[in-house]
Amino acid sequence: MAEVPEPTHRRRAHTSGRDLERYAGLFAERTGVMRSSAMRDLMAITARPEVISLAGGLPDTSTFPPQSFAAQMTRIAQESAAKALQYGPTEGFEETKDCILEVMGAEGMLPDHDDVIVTTGGQQAIDLVCKTLLDPGDVVICEAPTYPGAIPTLCSYQADVVQVECDEDGMKVELLEELLADLRAEGRRVKFIYSVPSFQNPAGVTMSLRRRQQLVELARAQELLVVEDNPYGLLRYGGEPMPPLYQLDGGDFVIYLGTFSKILSPGIRLGWAVAPPPVMEKIVLGKQAADLCTSTLTQYFVREYFAERRWQHYVNDLIEIYRDRRDTMLEALRTYFPAEATWTEPEGGLFIWATLPDYIDTSDLLAKALRADVAFVPGQAAYVDGRGSHSMRLNFSGVDEDEIREGVRRIGKVIAEQVELYGTLTGEQRLPEPERDSTPNVVPFRKAGEAG
Amino acid sequence: MKVAVLKGGRSLERGVSLRSGARVEDALERLGHAVLAIDVGPDLVKRLVAERPDVAFVAMHGVGGEDGTVQELLEILGIPFTGPGAAACARCMDKVQAKDAIELAGRETPGLKTPDWFAFNQTAFREFGAADALGRLEETLGFPLVVKPSSGGSSLGVKFARSPGEVPQALVSAFSYDDRVLLERFVDGRELAVSVLGDQPLPVVEAILLQGDRYDFEARYEIGRTRFACPAELSAEEERAVTEAALGTYRALGCTGFARVDLILGEDGPWLLEANAIPGLTDTSLLPQAAEAAGLSFEQLVERILDLALEPAAA
Repeated sequence: MAEVPEPTHRRRAHTSGRDLERYAGLFAERTGVMRSSAMRDLMAITARPEVISLAGGLPDTSTFPPQSFAAQMTRIAQESAAKALQYGPTEGFEETKDCILEVMGAEGMLPDHDDVIVTTGGQQAIDLVCKTLLDPGDVVICEAPTYPGAIPTLCSYQADVVQVECDEDGMKVELLEELLADLRAEGRRVKFIYSVPSFQNPAGVTMSLRRRQQLVELARAQELLVVEDNPYGLLRYGGEPMPPLYQLDGGDFVIYLGTFSKILSPGIRLGWAVAPPPVMEKIVLGKQAADLCTSTLTQYFVREYFAERRWQHYVNDLIEIYRDRRDTMLEALRTYFPAEATWTEPEGGLFIWATLPDYIDTSDLLAKALRADVAFVPGQAAYVDGRGSHSMRLNFSGVDEDEIREGVRRIGKVIAEQVELYGTLTGEQRLPEPERDSTPNVVPFRKAGEAG
Repeated sequence: MKVAVLKGGRSLERGVSLRSGARVEDALERLGHAVLAIDVGPDLVKRLVAERPDVAFVAMHGVGGEDGTVQELLEILGIPFTGPGAAACARCMDKVQAKDAIELAGRETPGLKTPDWFAFNQTAFREFGAADALGRLEETLGFPLVVKPSSGGSSLGVKFARSPGEVPQALVSAFSYDDRVLLERFVDGRELAVSVLGDQPLPVVEAILLQGDRYDFEARYEIGRTRFACPAELSAEEERAVTEAALGTYRALGCTGFARVDLILGEDGPWLLEANAIPGLTDTSLLPQAAEAAGLSFEQLVERILDLALEPAAA
């Protein structure tokens, strides 16, 4: 019998420094602003199984019924195999758009089919908007803090990112107005304002109705686009529903981004964008260049899933689970975090934003926390300018209540050690915290003491 | 030859170590060796005993891999390994021990000097009121001063305090990484690294930061943030002083195989900062660049490191 040669493992060939130099010469200028960081290295450790990670942004997919998944996939295989395995239209299937309109309808929006494009996750929607609108050096205005995952996208299009402070009512639109005037005076060109108005990632805050109205009016008056990223809108655990910017504006100056990631599955990589027709035309061309079309297989899955008419029940199940987890995390924060800490009380979404005394750098704290087998996202990840170093993002959707409690307890312990250490260093001896009642310090974005 | 590449582990520099390890594995395969890649964990000894590699290539950085822990195990198991031995690794990793050793050697060798420094452990502050001594230290060291964890590499937790008010905060950060920290006089000058390969100094590398005000972790691993000049532009006199200081440090710490010595070239000559027992071997690391400047490809460097590990005298 003839010997079959072992397949040789072909790997990247980077044999020498000279090779590296050669590649470096080939890199596009924009790779210079693509950021990699110490934090990313630390985040690599959070994947260790013994680490309780409050750093992720994962929805809980464990409650999705496997038999239902099996039935849908079987149906696709039996009835639509050839089509589900084929390319599809760049804009996405009309049937997928029907599902999208249903989801948007649940929040009071009713766009035209033609204004919608199906994308490979919400992240691609952000990328396509940038690709369509940005020249290097164009200004994009974001919230401070902003969605950490948007920063690398904006940077890779060489945007000049400027961040506007948030408080418990979302982006401070009055500051935005001043900023726009300043930028105009400096001759800098603003292309769009990126906002996550509901249950913001990472801050967990929701923009008030008044600010929403101000924002869309401002955009209209100055003919600027607002990119509304709304992955969590339907995941509300309390308070009154808030109209999306898209609904308030009617879709003239708002580009809307949505996703199935948080209401169904991030693994299917299905998101969408809604934009005025002239913008959409360019987005479609950009999408075609990027990947021709979104996975047809997962579009078929969504179609089958929505045909069962149970999607809202599933969202309601998730709401029940996440509400309990949020409450558990808030309770744990009150129990285990020091009096000097503040945090937001989100009415929905996946995240709480906690802010520590200003002598604690949360990137350094993460190193200590990792030794205690717990992880969070240091606040700096949500800023382009190094701010946020005293804050952290905590996720409550991806881990169960026991882990949330234990994770927050561990973080609280390492913070307490640093607070005490700082006290001894500055001569202000701090006594262990007395038992506190259950309501202090939960006012978002306010320092303890200021709240009265 | 069967070469076990030890990488990863639980240290904070796990990511860097995985990149170093992967690059070494590539090179070893191209050199025709049988590669056994091990992401170091609780099964390390079991795997080494079962697989019986001829030699272990230690591509680990930080606690566990660079502090002598893994080296001690390998010594016990009788497996030759690359880089310095357990005792030398422990000395390099602990900046206090390293400075003591360098200063001791400096009594005989005038070129060996380190910036003034003081070390504290947490207990000193937490239980003995060491904070009351800070004012005096600050007077001695002046501002800005550097606060760094006693162990660890890659500039993790290294902070600069520009005024007395910034010192406590810097200490809190440094204590996030280690129970002992150093306060060190800031020395202004050129940032140089001298890699030593089997008692031979390689060309000097200079790190020139393109943006930002210090040589921090991010700059170290990001292509494009720091420009490295190798060989550094030095006068013959400067080069001799720098190279001798690095070699003296290498010997004072008992290093064998290889190590990288970091120093600042001030107006009054070289100031030794630290030695790295297992310097990085990633795309942007300094040892491979220095080897390249000496005419050694990465593969030749890896082969040479293996040879040094297998030299009878090296054990």
